[in-house]
Amino acid sequence: MSGSHSGRTTVDVRHRVGFGIAPEAKVLAVLATVAAVVATRREAVWAFVALAGVVIAAAMAAYVPLAGLAKRLTIEIPFVAFAVLLPFLGRGERVDVLGIDLSRAGLWGAWNIIAKGTLGVACTLVLVSITTVPDLLKGLERLRAPRLLTAIAAFMIRYGEVIRAEAERMRIARISRCDNARNLWQAKALASSSGVLFVRSYERGERVHLAMLSRGFTGEMPELGTTRARRRDWQAVAGFPAAAIAIAVTSWIL
Amino acid sequence: MARMHIPDGFLDAGTSAAAGAVAVGGLAACVRVARVELAERVIPLAGIVSAYVFAVQMLNFPVANGTSGHLLGGVLAAVLVGPWVGALCVTVVLAVQALVFADGGLSALGVNVVNMALIGAVCGYLVFRGVRGLVGNDRRGVLIATSAAAWSAPVMASVAFTGEYAVGGNGAIGTSTVLWSMVGVHAVIGIGEAVITTLTVAAVLTSRPDLVHGAQGMIDGTVSPARRPIAGFAVTAAIVTLILAAVASPFASSSPDGLEKVAADTGIDSGATDSATVDSPLADYGVSGIDDEGLGTSIAGIVGVAVTVAVGLGAFSIIRRRNAPRPA
Repeated sequence: MSGSHSGRTTVDVRHRVGFGIAPEAKVLAVLATVAAVVATRREAVWAFVALAGVVIAAAMAAYVPLAGLAKRLTIEIPFVAFAVLLPFLGRGERVDVLGIDLSRAGLWGAWNIIAKGTLGVACTLVLVSITTVPDLLKGLERLRAPRLLTAIAAFMIRYGEVIRAEAERMRIARISRCDNARNLWQAKALASSSGVLFVRSYERGERVHLAMLSRGFTGEMPELGTTRARRRDWQAVAGFPAAAIAIAVTSWIL
Repeated sequence: MARMHIPDGFLDAGTSAAAGAVAVGGLAACVRVARVELAERVIPLAGIVSAYVFAVQMLNFPVANGTSGHLLGGVLAAVLVGPWVGALCVTVVLAVQALVFADGGLSALGVNVVNMALIGAVCGYLVFRGVRGLVGNDRRGVLIATSAAAWSAPVMASVAFTGEYAVGGNGAIGTSTVLWSMVGVHAVIGIGEAVITTLTVAAVLTSRPDLVHGAQGMIDGTVSPARRPIAGFAVTAAIVTLILAAVASPFASSSPDGLEKVAADTGIDSGATDSATVDSPLADYGVSGIDDEGLGTSIAGIVGVAVTVAVGLGAFSIIRRRNAPRPA
């Protein structure tokens, strides 16, 4: 579905080990693992070490290169910046860390965001490293996500690259005409391009719709694929969420 | 960077789940209306508009001295294709970003949808309609209304974020500190959002005014005379309510509001086992002074009214559409 357009936005995953597992099993496993991570008691530092072990084990089981994974974790940075401020702005009891006066609750808050956010991103990255985007949508659909939404998402992904490329051509055209805005009040040409991009996108949508009608479209998309997860698919992934949930439960008991 | 994609761990599990439920409910309403508005065109058109929103978020707009930021696009989508289809498109973009690009936590998807799709597009559109009703339904009015809505959407989203943080935040910052830093930052971000959104809508109005949902029945087009007085009355009533909420609510509330009270009573506003719970948001308000509290309550009042009217209008429009379905 995303075919040749997927090259820029996602890595080619078709040779990866976990690729063959039914997508709904992988999606559900990741959702359960993320839920367990979020529900873990933040004071239980050992639990996060154990959870990180689970995620790393999953990445290694799927032969996802850990260095590449670490690099893509940087998407989190804008929110880490917010977390770093917490110990300074936090209220309540103060503690002295390396001569700096910090809030104890703020420190726990920062740790909580960084630990859970990082693990959450890592879980998602492992999933997209071993699943193609069409498979991902297929998995969501089989987990009873509304068909209308998955169909819209499929269209968005299919045409995302087309429209992005159009925007890129317009950017090059603008720059080749010496429009290189540096300040907000110079942004008129850029905003005009974005307006033109909308008109072109909408008109493209209307053309696509007519083309679909001429091919017998009735307003419903056909179901994507028919094979469903079998027992061995669930067995292949069940260990990771099970371990994560066990850790989350233990973190509240101990 | 105007990043508001909340990651995992920012809010506790209960708050994330509750926001998820709100998102699912709001989304169901959006799907309903989008199906009526676009009929069987909904999949290709909403899909491609989603792709457009996604592409626009990738454009780097200049801010100052060569630095750049990007558009959130909620109000842009709402003005161009209508609040319901717009919210649907923003939701799809958020879901794809969370699942495929790991941008925004999976557990926080509900919160992100509420803040950016439901509040950003639907409440933003409400502001648009209110302002357009005041300044007139011509090209100038549409553009002024667009800029007001585009500025207010990030601000409303940041107020909503503060509310969510007060209920289920895992950090330890006082509610008023979060409110003022978030509202302050987003009031500035909103300026850029307003300039770009307005210029973009102006460009579309010039070439294809028929594609701008928010400019339907613009003065040089056709306006059905029967509907105008009622629409005018509704908009005036909404504006009066908003002003009342802004002016009156600081005086009305001498005790902490429900959200804060619950948060303080149950100790979920900060780490439950920490001594930080001793400082309730109320105590914090005492420190930050009466001006701040008054203003904060005003903004909260405005947002409250906006959300309520949005929900009411949504319910009303669904009922009306069902009673008298227009030919697609």
